[in-house]
Amino acid sequence: MLLDVKGLKTEFVTADGIVNAVNGISYSLDEGCTLGIVGESGCGKSVSVLSILRLLPKSIARVSGEALFNSRNLFTLSNSELTEIRGNKIAMIFQDPMTCLNPVLTIGDQISEAIETHLNLSKTDAKIRAIEMLQMVGIPSAEKRFNDYPHKFSGGMRQRVMIAMALSCKPSLLIADEPTTALDVTIQSQIVELVKRLRDELGMAIIWITHDLAVIAGLADKIVVMYAGFIVEEADVDTLYENPKHPYTIGLLNALPRVDGKRGTRLTSIDGFPPDLIKLPLGCPFYKRCSYHQPQCFEERPILREYSSTHKVACWVNL
Amino acid sequence: MESNNKLIDIKNLQVYFPINEGILIQRHRGDCKAVDDISFNISKGETLGLVGESGCGKSTTGRAILQLIRPTAGHVYFKGEDLTKSNNKELRKKRREMQIVFQDPYASLNPRASIGEILSEPIEVHKICKSKSEKNEYIKELMSMVGLAPGFIARYPHEFSGGQRQRIVIARALAVKPEFIVCDEPVSALDVSIQAQIINLLCDLQSKFFLTYLFIAHDLSVVRHMSNRIAVMYLGKLVEIADDEELYHHAQHPYSLALLSSVPLANPKEEKLRKRIVLEGDVPSPTNPPIGCRFSTRCWRVTDICREVSPELKDIGGGHFVACYHL
Repeated sequence: MLLDVKGLKTEFVTADGIVNAVNGISYSLDEGCTLGIVGESGCGKSVSVLSILRLLPKSIARVSGEALFNSRNLFTLSNSELTEIRGNKIAMIFQDPMTCLNPVLTIGDQISEAIETHLNLSKTDAKIRAIEMLQMVGIPSAEKRFNDYPHKFSGGMRQRVMIAMALSCKPSLLIADEPTTALDVTIQSQIVELVKRLRDELGMAIIWITHDLAVIAGLADKIVVMYAGFIVEEADVDTLYENPKHPYTIGLLNALPRVDGKRGTRLTSIDGFPPDLIKLPLGCPFYKRCSYHQPQCFEERPILREYSSTHKVACWVNL
Repeated sequence: MESNNKLIDIKNLQVYFPINEGILIQRHRGDCKAVDDISFNISKGETLGLVGESGCGKSTTGRAILQLIRPTAGHVYFKGEDLTKSNNKELRKKRREMQIVFQDPYASLNPRASIGEILSEPIEVHKICKSKSEKNEYIKELMSMVGLAPGFIARYPHEFSGGQRQRIVIARALAVKPEFIVCDEPVSALDVSIQAQIINLLCDLQSKFFLTYLFIAHDLSVVRHMSNRIAVMYLGKLVEIADDEELYHHAQHPYSLALLSSVPLANPKEEKLRKRIVLEGDVPSPTNPPIGCRFSTRCWRVTDICREVSPELKDIGGGHFVACYHL
């Protein structure tokens, strides 16, 4: 097992009260596998991975639980041990490729920096490796573009640069936080295909965070659906799309406009909003928006229980 | 389609943005050909979807129709009247009949104005209500029409989520009782679950008020859900226009095929079997577009003629137009 997250809980201390962003979630990921984390804005999907990498500011974030990476608990490592893992064994790409690159450094400098730090290569060797990486992610005339600044690249190209940077140290885990949300559909499919190819070539594991269940259908092996900081459903990819059990997952799937659908069919939207994370409801967090709710759902929070060996659901109602 | 049925008729629309050089003496160095000679029409009550990648000129087209950007050449007929010949005063009256909903609901609302103030502006400009009390009643009616509680009238935009803000923008567009609305990527910035709410709202309003939409998006699945006909645009040119079923099942232009195949399907089994057409590279710059077919630099069917002469839109039957030599 590559990554094993147990009982991860993240709270933010704010002036208005304590925000319960992630409420005791557990998941695991094997080597070479792809895990999709799906949910709406504010459901804690990004916060959960930022917590694992200890990238949240200590002054306001309180993180508890365990995150075992190759059996080492990331939460008890010293800062220098952690630096060795971050960027080297675990790499991350972010949603907005426009703001994640330093505008006053050439992309070559930015990629080389990571290589020099982690692989102990000389400047010239790092440059050769960086150019190799740029070629691998499909940037034409990589040698020339090595000296270009980020503003000379389009959104899709910048995301490729980010991927090149992330993969330059051959990580065993790549965390992709909505990497295609800011991109056009055509560029999105380019990036998805690229990541798929690189995953197979390099044999790395991926955590892909998204709000769109369609994007990861062809990519993920396993999917966890998050809502208000809880995991509400977890299943392997085929089961989740064919036989979703949680009303929220069903809602998300029905809300997708389908290119193969009929015109005029009404999309089933999930009405209402997620609950206030400062005052979490006593019962099921999805209670208010759920059309199947029963009195029990209001009183008692459902726990994630096994539905089959590859399928877990947190719901009182058996759908 | 009969001519009297057309609400909007666009003929040879061209929008060029000049590129000037020099600080004191400005020299005209070239043009950014955002929209280059396109023609289409929209019938009353219809939704025309306009699809293409970022920078293909779809938003510019939408704005040029409303004369928010004055076209370089060509004509825009709204109910038979040429808007390109109207002066600003005449246009102001016309804008009562045509409105726009923008992509980013965060940037299109004044953060210092309350919802009541935002919604009363179009009402005052176009003198829709006679008295203050009538106006307040009307604003509350508008709010409940788009699914906002009328009690929110004194709240400010930052107190709302993205989906609610888009509802406010839609209410503002509806305030003047328009016939025609340009929806410029109204759901691209929203989460999937909220996206469905807004799409449903737009559909409901259309059938309630018999609205005509130009629906602009880069995602074919959203467009297909809304539109009667779909126009595909690439680098300032229309490459294909057809009925929505026709385009989905019998798309002819290589670019339309590539767009269709890049839409992700929410079905892992189909998705794994599916052969994707992945376009290489990016869209060329509109300042210096390819001489022949605009798509020739990324097309897999390209031959010599494509690189030399730009193909015209040809009718291949049933209102299906394609601009390609290789069908």
